[in-house]
Amino acid sequence: MKGSGKASVLPGFGLSLGFTVMYLSLIVIIPLASVLIKTAGMSFAEFWAAVTNARVLAAYRISFLTAFLAAAVNAVFGLLVAWVLVRYRFPGKRLVDSIVDLPFALPTAVAGIALTSIYAPTGWIGSLFEPLGIKIAYTPIGITIALIFIGLPFVVRTVQPVLQDLDKDVEEAAVMLGAYRWRTFRKVILPELIAPLLTGFALAFARGIGEYGSVVFISGNMPMKTEIAPLLIMTKLEQFDYAGATAIALVMLIISFALLLIINCMQWRYSRRVQAG
Amino acid sequence: MRIEVRNVTKRFGNLKAVDNVSFTIGEGKLIGLLGPSGGGKSTLLRMIAGLETPDEGDIILDGRRVNDVPPQKRGIGFVFQNYALFRHMTVFGNIAFGLEVKKLKKAEIRERVNELLKLVGLEGVANRYPHQLSGGQRQRVAFARALAPRPSLLLLDEPFAAIDAKVRKELRTWLKEMIEQIGITSIFVTHDQDEAVEVADEMLIFSNGRLEQQGSPVEIYRHPKTPFVASFIGESRVLQHPERLFGFEEAVGQGGKSAIIRPEFVEVGKERELSYPRSAQPGVVRQSFFRGAHLELEVEVEGNRLIAYRSLDREPLMPGEEVLVFIHRLYVLDGSSAILVENPLKTDPMPVHI
Amino acid sequence: MAGAIHAHLSDAASDRPAHATESRGVRIALITAALLFLGLIIVLPLVSVIVEALSQGWRVYVESITEKDALSALRLTLMTAAIAVPLNTLFGVAAAWAIAKFQFRGKNALVTLIDLPFAVSPVISGLIFVLLFGAQGLLGPWLAAHDIKIIFALPGIVLATVFVTFPFVARELIPLMQAQGVGEEEAAATLGAKGWQIFWRVTLPNIKWGLLYGVILCNARAMGEFGAVSVVSGHIRGQTNTLPLHVEILYNEYQFTASFAVASLLALLALVTLIVKAILEWKSGQRQADSEGGAG
Repeated sequence: MKGSGKASVLPGFGLSLGFTVMYLSLIVIIPLASVLIKTAGMSFAEFWAAVTNARVLAAYRISFLTAFLAAAVNAVFGLLVAWVLVRYRFPGKRLVDSIVDLPFALPTAVAGIALTSIYAPTGWIGSLFEPLGIKIAYTPIGITIALIFIGLPFVVRTVQPVLQDLDKDVEEAAVMLGAYRWRTFRKVILPELIAPLLTGFALAFARGIGEYGSVVFISGNMPMKTEIAPLLIMTKLEQFDYAGATAIALVMLIISFALLLIINCMQWRYSRRVQAG
Repeated sequence: MRIEVRNVTKRFGNLKAVDNVSFTIGEGKLIGLLGPSGGGKSTLLRMIAGLETPDEGDIILDGRRVNDVPPQKRGIGFVFQNYALFRHMTVFGNIAFGLEVKKLKKAEIRERVNELLKLVGLEGVANRYPHQLSGGQRQRVAFARALAPRPSLLLLDEPFAAIDAKVRKELRTWLKEMIEQIGITSIFVTHDQDEAVEVADEMLIFSNGRLEQQGSPVEIYRHPKTPFVASFIGESRVLQHPERLFGFEEAVGQGGKSAIIRPEFVEVGKERELSYPRSAQPGVVRQSFFRGAHLELEVEVEGNRLIAYRSLDREPLMPGEEVLVFIHRLYVLDGSSAILVENPLKTDPMPVHI
Repeated sequence: MAGAIHAHLSDAASDRPAHATESRGVRIALITAALLFLGLIIVLPLVSVIVEALSQGWRVYVESITEKDALSALRLTLMTAAIAVPLNTLFGVAAAWAIAKFQFRGKNALVTLIDLPFAVSPVISGLIFVLLFGAQGLLGPWLAAHDIKIIFALPGIVLATVFVTFPFVARELIPLMQAQGVGEEEAAATLGAKGWQIFWRVTLPNIKWGLLYGVILCNARAMGEFGAVSVVSGHIRGQTNTLPLHVEILYNEYQFTASFAVASLLALLALVTLIVKAILEWKSGQRQADSEGGAG
């Protein structure tokens, strides 16, 4: 029914594909290649030194740990939010559903200053914890909270459609076999949600590693303590250490692309199993 | 388990899915709920299971009113139309599910699951996942899973609807044997007449939420009590001008009663082939269809279009041929009852129509 | 998260009989927990923007957003979006047309490439253009020789914004057009319609809601992009500052109220985006219901 590019009845294949590829090359491929070109100009020793010095490693550690923790929190609460939205009725549900998308639509700088002002020692929430000696802003905890804000929609929106389309029959089958809610949830529903949860987790994690705008205000950017990798790149650029910045960027790119591949792989495998089942 | 349904009604919005239905089912019987789609059969089954609640009336199991008893506690096994197997568990896991709920010991569970695997003939596939099985295999797993916790009642909701026609017949026979072997009271829902007739000990015919008739297949077939049942069971046809058929002028009369006829009641052929040739009526073959095991003829007699079967042993009859037709019996519909009327010309001492 | 337009909240799924849902107490507890979490993490920041912006009164608020540098930041933001969004829309439509209506090898690779900016940190998205067009970049000397400024000027900002936001329209249209198939377009072709006619009169009406949504989202991100633009802009007040950058500058100078005032404009943009999304979802849900009801 669908012909090959040449035999198809529809016009515009050459034009659209040509334009697409050209656009991609100019805007995406060539600029990204510049990272490789630049790092190719460094010797391996230089490169290695640039990506493994203590400050850089600390930055990776902070970025990865906070992103991981935030994604984990989002996995739990994102599931909760998705569950409540799909399965229960309550007033204002549609409003709540729209709000979930806010982190996705709100500019990161706005989120950044808002979160900082809330969790600073003088802020609405920060002031509640200050007397207990707990600091939130300017610590990794603050970073994590910012990343939780950023990553929530990824989990909710990947879990929600799956939950929505869940087969009613299997839950009834479990009921007829004597299972009550907790067992049904644990053994019948949850296994179906593992795949979208993992995907949502990976998406939130990938986004969290590279996040800049929402985090740069609340983190305080103290080297070795709350300096995230993207900020380190920024700092090096301001110091005209292009080589250093690029080296760190390359490592981050490799990790991001690996994550992207894993996510696509997981989604492909999930859709295959669903079709077969 | 004895089941009694008493004046049960269920509404969905303004529609009465089940309308004041009452019946009793005895211990150990295999019952078929039969009727056209939307007739309320599945809803009724689900109410017995506890998956729906009646708006009015009672469901009584073994003498106990269970309307308020949750499905988990009713001791009922349920087989779903689309199997509803747990995708992320193996066959073993699926069958073991109900036993794990009861917190049996691992060894006991293993023993019982293996027993069931043997019963349904799926010993080799214990460690496979549902998506690796065929449709027939999946249904057998669903069956084993429902039986594992030793329920007192088995409910099946259109168990073969999702299965290929070829496999369906085999599975049907297998199911009947299985249930007879185990001896468990069972109710299944179907819209397939052949299935109900072949499998069930007793049938309940439903239409528009109402119970039309309850009885054995033979009884329902021979003595349909309502017009719906008469026209639904078998390949029945309503006759346009029954009063013009030889022998039935009086029975049908001028009162405008209608009549229903079945192919088995009609004898068609040449004069030498018929049993009562001199009481037969002339007719014309309009259409002729090959049906594999016999020929199906559409014959027109005095403005009535009848279906008749003709054995392949005999000479085929072609459209346009003139034939003789003898009607052995008819169902005459009188208001809300259907009466089987034998052709009086069969017992007439002078079997010649004047 | 392509293809976000679908009425994904149906009340049917939330009407559950007693055996298929949790007890009332559990339900209330879970709903409360979810609402508390959302309120704390999502709503609170939004509210704080508005509160802080107005904390010194309405007059100060208006002054902050009409101040000279704020206005030029607004102008720059609007200009950037005015260039980036149409470009990306064109790309999105072309890419979706090529991918959805034809078969060719390497389609998967193409789709993955389109997803790329989502995997790249905004800072890196800016970095790559500095590496190409910066003074010490690959094309730096050539540009300097011809007195063309890209980095630290509008072109650089536009490029970085284009990079970060180009997947949005494409990701919205590709699944939509794939789901719609080629039937109608092929029918039009056999009736003699030419390429542009087919597109305007057959394809476009079918994709209009998805297209609109993709454009709205692309626009919201284009106006709100911070990290990438921060790297390429040079932060020159009044000249190369977009609205988000201006927010940062004000904040770093401890002009908190003014910072939040400008931020509130962006927050308003976000809210408008969400409202438009809700409307588009409702409309597309209606359309689905219509076509299901009317289907022969």
